[in-house]
Amino acid sequence: MFLFLALRSLRALLTVAICVSAVFVALRLAGDPAEIMLPSDTPPDVRAYYREAWGLDRPLVEQYLRYIASAVRGDFGLSFADDRPAFAAVIEALPKTFLLGSSALMLALLVGLPLGILAALRHNRAADRLAMAVAVFGYAIPVFFLGILLILLFALKLRVLPSAGSESLWHLILPTVTLGLPLAGRLARFARTATLEVLGKPYIRAARGRGVMPLAVIIRHALPNAAVPLLMFIGIEIGHILAGSAVVETIFAWPGIGRLLVDSVSTRDLAVVQAVIFTVTIIMVGANLLVDIVHILIDPRLGGFSRALGKQA
Amino acid sequence: MSTIGLSSASVPAVRSPRNRMSPVVMLSAGFLLVVVLVALLADWLAPLPYTAQNLAARLKPPMTQAGGTTYWLGTDQLGRDILSRMIFAVRTSILIAVMGTLIGAIFGTMLGFIAARLRGLTDQAIMMLVDAQAAIPALFLALTMLAFFGNNIVLFIILVSIDGWDRYTRLARGLVVSEQESDYINAVEALGAGPSRIILRHLLPNIAAALVVQATLNFPGTILLETSLSFLGLGVQPPGTSLGLMLGEGRRYLLNAWWIAVFPGLTIFLTTLSMSLFGDWLRDRFDPTSERH
Repeated sequence: MFLFLALRSLRALLTVAICVSAVFVALRLAGDPAEIMLPSDTPPDVRAYYREAWGLDRPLVEQYLRYIASAVRGDFGLSFADDRPAFAAVIEALPKTFLLGSSALMLALLVGLPLGILAALRHNRAADRLAMAVAVFGYAIPVFFLGILLILLFALKLRVLPSAGSESLWHLILPTVTLGLPLAGRLARFARTATLEVLGKPYIRAARGRGVMPLAVIIRHALPNAAVPLLMFIGIEIGHILAGSAVVETIFAWPGIGRLLVDSVSTRDLAVVQAVIFTVTIIMVGANLLVDIVHILIDPRLGGFSRALGKQA
Repeated sequence: MSTIGLSSASVPAVRSPRNRMSPVVMLSAGFLLVVVLVALLADWLAPLPYTAQNLAARLKPPMTQAGGTTYWLGTDQLGRDILSRMIFAVRTSILIAVMGTLIGAIFGTMLGFIAARLRGLTDQAIMMLVDAQAAIPALFLALTMLAFFGNNIVLFIILVSIDGWDRYTRLARGLVVSEQESDYINAVEALGAGPSRIILRHLLPNIAAALVVQATLNFPGTILLETSLSFLGLGVQPPGTSLGLMLGEGRRYLLNAWWIAVFPGLTIFLTTLSMSLFGDWLRDRFDPTSERH
């Protein structure tokens, strides 16, 4: 098991290395970094200075190693926008995205999970169909359209919620709903499928046959067994949340890393773009690694705590 | 299927509701057909050129009549006809999404085949690439590339194809690996068939259904990637038009002219919704590996 964990961690590290290398390759393919990174009105002598400072006159292999070394230190150069280290801008924006993402995930769990389980218990009946219709709407609606409709209704017509900024908790509501509702839709669908699958298992049918109430079956038997797939699902959804944050944060002027990325792409502030993409990669790979580790720990078939406990008993 | 007549007495006809289109699926298919027709016939359908400005009729609500023309869906901030712009925007968005889907599907499937046939180090390397792709959301990767390379339409279409190529690779690899073990492939191989014959005549047709279903299920994501980028002002550039771009432009006029943003948004929503519903039906109907609930 420890060997597996070590291999899995190594693989995660390798994935990050591949992504960072791909960014290096893409950046060099795009042309002379001094041309792209510096504003177009930079005088030639300043340009020459930076070219030397960034080591662009060195061999490519050396450039690559230096690039990796500075990426590991979190040094991606200065942001054009405010002349501070690009990584500092990312670190400042990260908590905002974390707050928005986790509240959206919470909303999805509170709405989507019960909806999906309810649909499975009422399989093929009216409640099931209604729940799934809501879920399909939830995940098919583009986040930018949902965001605009919510602004139109709650900020412009009813004037009950702010549409831009992050000063108070009220500002969190509309972005959370925009980001969380599609997530809730996918989660409901997923929870329904997972629950139906578990309900078909012999041990559940046995429990039901013994006369255990359906809801008790769900809580006592189905939910613990659905924990692993649910965990995997959340691991996958972190990517959706991050991708959605780019759009949602831009619409609601929420100062997180998604908006930071969009802004720096528009101004071609490449230092910040690289810092954001590096951070996102670390988050995604780290989250998936965490999901895998927890998976090993809680799934007895993979030999975690449960198997160890079982042997002692 | 042919045994249904014989077995229907003892076994309820389980397969027939699975094959029949429900009214909702039929509606979705119908809407998709309309979308495709609009995209194809944009030149004939649009009442006005989509760039024609009429500054005297700016920000007019739907059903406005001005200067002898009726603006069915209103006008935008430059007095351009929303309906005509939307018809061309549908063409742009669908064209980019279809091309992106095709590029992603072909590239991804080819990599999957290569990984499954060669195995070993090549397999490892390709799956590593798939893992790396899965580690970065497609939208973020596309944004980064746009920052590096600047915007042009060819790059943009390639970027849109980023969404999902790794899924085709994973799917094709898994299917081919399992098919290769099966008796009929062994038999064909024993009869002396070469690799290209096995791939083109036997493997590809047998996994094609699953790939087509995957492409259908992936299509809404591809449309959303294009419209998201265009919405952010980083995709299709004016004077071109796309559903996402229209929505992004309309965002600034929400308070006074909701129709600029809402009609294109509704079109994107209905298209992705129809595609999802149709894709689900297709999967239940044609993909033998999927389970239906």
